[in-house]
Amino acid sequence: MKQLIQKLVESIGPSGYETTVRNLVHAEVEKFANDVSVDALGNLIVRKGQKADDGLRIMLAAHMDEIGLIVTHIDENGFGRVTTIGGVGTRTCLGGRVRFVNGVQGVIGGERLDSIDKVHSVEQLFIDVGATGRADCPIKVGDVAAFERPFMDLGDRLVAKSMDDRISVAVLIETLRQIKTTPHELVFVFTTQEEVGTRGAEAAAYVVDPDLGISVDVTLVGDTPKGVRMEVSLGKGPAIKVRDGGMLADPRLVRLMVEAAEKAGLPYQMEVLEGGTTDARAMQITRAGVPAGCVSIPCRYVHSPSEMVDYNDVQNSVKLLVELLSKPIKLG
Amino acid sequence: MNNITEAYPVAPVIGAEQIALLEKLSNACAVSGDEGEVRAIVSEQLKDVADEYKIDGLGNVLVTRKAHQGDARALKVAVAAHMDEVGFMLVDGEDSLYCFELIGGIDLRQLPGKSVLVGKNHTPGVIGARAIHLTTSEERRNTIPLDALRIDLGLGGKAKIGDRATFATRFQQVGPSLVGKALDNRLGVATLIELVKHAPPNIELCAIFSTQEEVGARGAGVAAYYFDPDIAIAVDSTPAYDLPMWDNSENTQYNTHLEHGPAIYIADSSTISDPRLVRHLAQTGDTLNLPYQFRQPGGGGTDASGMQRRRGGIASLSISVPHRYPHTPIQIARLSDWQATTSLLYQALLRLPQDILTRPLDE
Repeated sequence: MKQLIQKLVESIGPSGYETTVRNLVHAEVEKFANDVSVDALGNLIVRKGQKADDGLRIMLAAHMDEIGLIVTHIDENGFGRVTTIGGVGTRTCLGGRVRFVNGVQGVIGGERLDSIDKVHSVEQLFIDVGATGRADCPIKVGDVAAFERPFMDLGDRLVAKSMDDRISVAVLIETLRQIKTTPHELVFVFTTQEEVGTRGAEAAAYVVDPDLGISVDVTLVGDTPKGVRMEVSLGKGPAIKVRDGGMLADPRLVRLMVEAAEKAGLPYQMEVLEGGTTDARAMQITRAGVPAGCVSIPCRYVHSPSEMVDYNDVQNSVKLLVELLSKPIKLG
Repeated sequence: MNNITEAYPVAPVIGAEQIALLEKLSNACAVSGDEGEVRAIVSEQLKDVADEYKIDGLGNVLVTRKAHQGDARALKVAVAAHMDEVGFMLVDGEDSLYCFELIGGIDLRQLPGKSVLVGKNHTPGVIGARAIHLTTSEERRNTIPLDALRIDLGLGGKAKIGDRATFATRFQQVGPSLVGKALDNRLGVATLIELVKHAPPNIELCAIFSTQEEVGARGAGVAAYYFDPDIAIAVDSTPAYDLPMWDNSENTQYNTHLEHGPAIYIADSSTISDPRLVRHLAQTGDTLNLPYQFRQPGGGGTDASGMQRRRGGIASLSISVPHRYPHTPIQIARLSDWQATTSLLYQALLRLPQDILTRPLDE
């Protein structure tokens, strides 16, 4: 599974430009699926299984897109000015490297600041692709880039850019592969444009029209020095979301996830996230409403170029989903 | 193809008649939620041209032009232009002196001393503030808060709580420029009226003259649900801050430039345009030598945001006429940019490849 993770996190797919990732996922899931399609927003919709009498139509979502930068202007000396795609913190940018969807590479520089205590605004940053002027600059307004950072395998701990949310893409691919029998019609949706507001999932949820929605995404942790106060740690198992900034998870689904984890003897932790949300929100409020929840992969340094997850949490998330989805689900 | 071009030989041209219509549209008062005056003009222009015509529950005007000979395979393209403008609503007051709230994004610093028109009867008023004689230099350094501003109807005027008000500017054509209030987005409305009159016969055109865009693209969203189109395009107006910098440094935050043609959106804060549509518009411009520019990716939003995520998702794009000083009493646009916007939109739709939505999203 590490190989799959490496391939996924080293691909480039900022919001709206997920084609490379989509093609990669498509190739991985094809032989395990009954049907694969791509919709107008670029969501990859993968169907497996038939709904039995005691089965549900379940939508599972993990987003393919990642945060990034988009060029707003090429100046007379060939520097590219940029703005953000999704929640990019400028303090993680300076000195970083980027790769554009078209393959061009560059480094991020910044204007001189009045004081070393200040942080660059995005307007004060620029991308240097080695050009000397507009004429020889290989990028243009509207070109899209992602952070460039190789995958790092620290044994149990894995580090890369775009663990948010390629790690969940890997979890869903692996879940799809491992599920042998299910009473449910499973619709795995690899979504687009989550980082700019769960846009892909909103459209996909309408079309899939599920009985139950589960997203898989990363969540923050409280286990780093003087970090946020939060009861989630790396390595203590998948986090079962109770709430986040945009959704209260369906309590019945939360209970079922807890039961599935206990039955399979898997470690798990409960997640209460103060800010942020996931594709589960889009599923929950589509059409006339859908019971929804989320399995979260604990992740350090989210939205930085070095996001860290624990490999055991990743594998246990797959086991939890396989356990949950292989049997009839009674919401009661 | 010959039959088609014979049936519709004329691409839309912006002439005296179109400018006169823009004047009427610019001078009409239609603050979000109260778009009746513009709706009446749209209706008068298009009722007889439309194959289907309807006003929906939110006040959107929905106009359909069917494809040539009812071609069922024709792509269904929704094009939206919002009829509403930013303005004010009276919330409290008496004796012709009213407190008001803002409707849509308005910079408070623009308000003191401006003429406004209030209510259905366009009662003239002025936004009053304390005279310079009576203020301290400290006070003059700060923006006057909304609570301290009043719309003054001069005792003669009648108004009631809930009436809307907008800037009183009258439209003028000045040399190459169009000057007036609410060019955002009467330029889009005027463009869409021309497009409906010269509907490209290869597509089913679903025109949405939308309401409540300035308060969150509310009208266009429900209209897109109704039409359920293959493609959605918002025609709007976008700021041009193409002015020299005070220190002669390079202006890197202009958004768009006047006289560089229509602004094609790649991304704003609410929508990432479908890259296939972006490419098609740019290629159309390149092929026909029509000017266009890319709007700097960044903030803002248009009716595209309301349409893109309806139902199962709609391939969407925005294109705007650039103009200076948006959401202020006096906005300036160039006639040449309006013409170029109308031409590019018409030509791009006329050349819309039948298979555009089955092509790869990005290359």
